[in-house]
Amino acid sequence: MALELAFKISGGDFSNAGKASSRIKKVLKQLNIDAKSIKKIVVAIYEAEVNVAAHAWKGEVKATVGEENILVVVSDCGPGIENISLAMKPGFSTASKEVREMGFGAGMGLSNIKKNTDELNIESRKGEGTTLTFRCYY
Amino acid sequence: MKVSELVKKYELKVFAGEQGLENEISGGYVSDLLSDVMGTAAENEVWITLQTHQNVMAIASLKDLAAVILVKGLEPNEDTLERSREEGIPLLGTTMGTFEMAGKLYADLAGS
Ligand SMILES: Nc1ncnc2c1ncn2[C@@H]1O[C@H](COP(=O)(O)OP(=O)(O)OP(=O)(O)O)[C@@H](O)[C@H]1O
Ligand SMILES: [Mg+2]
Repeated sequence: MALELAFKISGGDFSNAGKASSRIKKVLKQLNIDAKSIKKIVVAIYEAEVNVAAHAWKGEVKATVGEENILVVVSDCGPGIENISLAMKPGFSTASKEVREMGFGAGMGLSNIKKNTDELNIESRKGEGTTLTFRCYY
Repeated sequence: MKVSELVKKYELKVFAGEQGLENEISGGYVSDLLSDVMGTAAENEVWITLQTHQNVMAIASLKDLAAVILVKGLEPNEDTLERSREEGIPLLGTTMGTFEMAGKLYADLAGS
C-alpha cells in the first residue's frame, strides 16, 4: 500500500497554503495512524507549504503515504536558500514586511520541521529553487 | 471548562463555529506568531491572538485547538469566518486586551 498525493502552491497565496497539510491529516486519520504522529507530520507539512507561499514563486507538495512512514517532498521554483545552516537557526528570517504583519516570519518554520521529522534533507540552488525532503515514521 | 461556559462568563462574541462550543478546554496559548503556535500550542487549548486572517483557523484546525479568541474588538476577515464554520472551531471575540483575557482564562483554568 502506498498512497500518492500531490498539491500545487503559488508564491504569495497564503489562503491555499495549508491545503496539503489539511488533506493529508484527514487521510492519515482515516488510515488510523496514531494521533501523535499525525500531529508532527502536519506541523512539518504546513511549515513547508507556508515557506513556499512566503519565500518562493511556485511549488508543489508530494506525499507518499506508506505502511510505516510518510515521505514528503516539497519543491519550489524560487530564490533558493543561500546558507541552509543559517536558515535553520531559530529566529533567522528574511520574510517581507507584509509576511511579518501576518504573523509569519518569526524564523521558526524550518526548526519546527526539523523537530517534527525523523529524516530531513534540504537542497537548494540560488536563483532556482529549494527542495525539502522529509520522512516521518508512525 | 467548556468553550460555551467561557463565552457566557465573559460575554464573548461568537463570530462562527458554534458546532464546537461544547469543546472542552485544556489550557491556553497566547501568541501572534503563527509558527510559534504551530510549534508549541497543544490540542484543546484556546488560542488568544490579534491575527484575523484565515491561516489562524487553518492552524487551529491542524492543531485541534478548542477555540480562537480575537482580542481588542478585532473583527475576523470573511474567509476566516468561513474557515471557522467549515472546521467547526469556535471563533470568538472580546473587547478585552490580550493581557486581561489571558489572565482571566488562566485564573479559571488554574482554579478548576
Ligand atoms: N522555500 C524557500 N525558499 C527560499 N527561502 C526559504 C525557503 N524556506 C525558507 N527560506 C529561508 O529560510 C528562512 C527561515 O525559514 P523559516 O521557515 O525557519 O522562517 P520564516 O519562514 O522566515 O518564518 P516562520 O516560519 O516563523 O513564519 C526564511 O526567512 C528564508 O530566508
Ligand atoms: Mg517559515
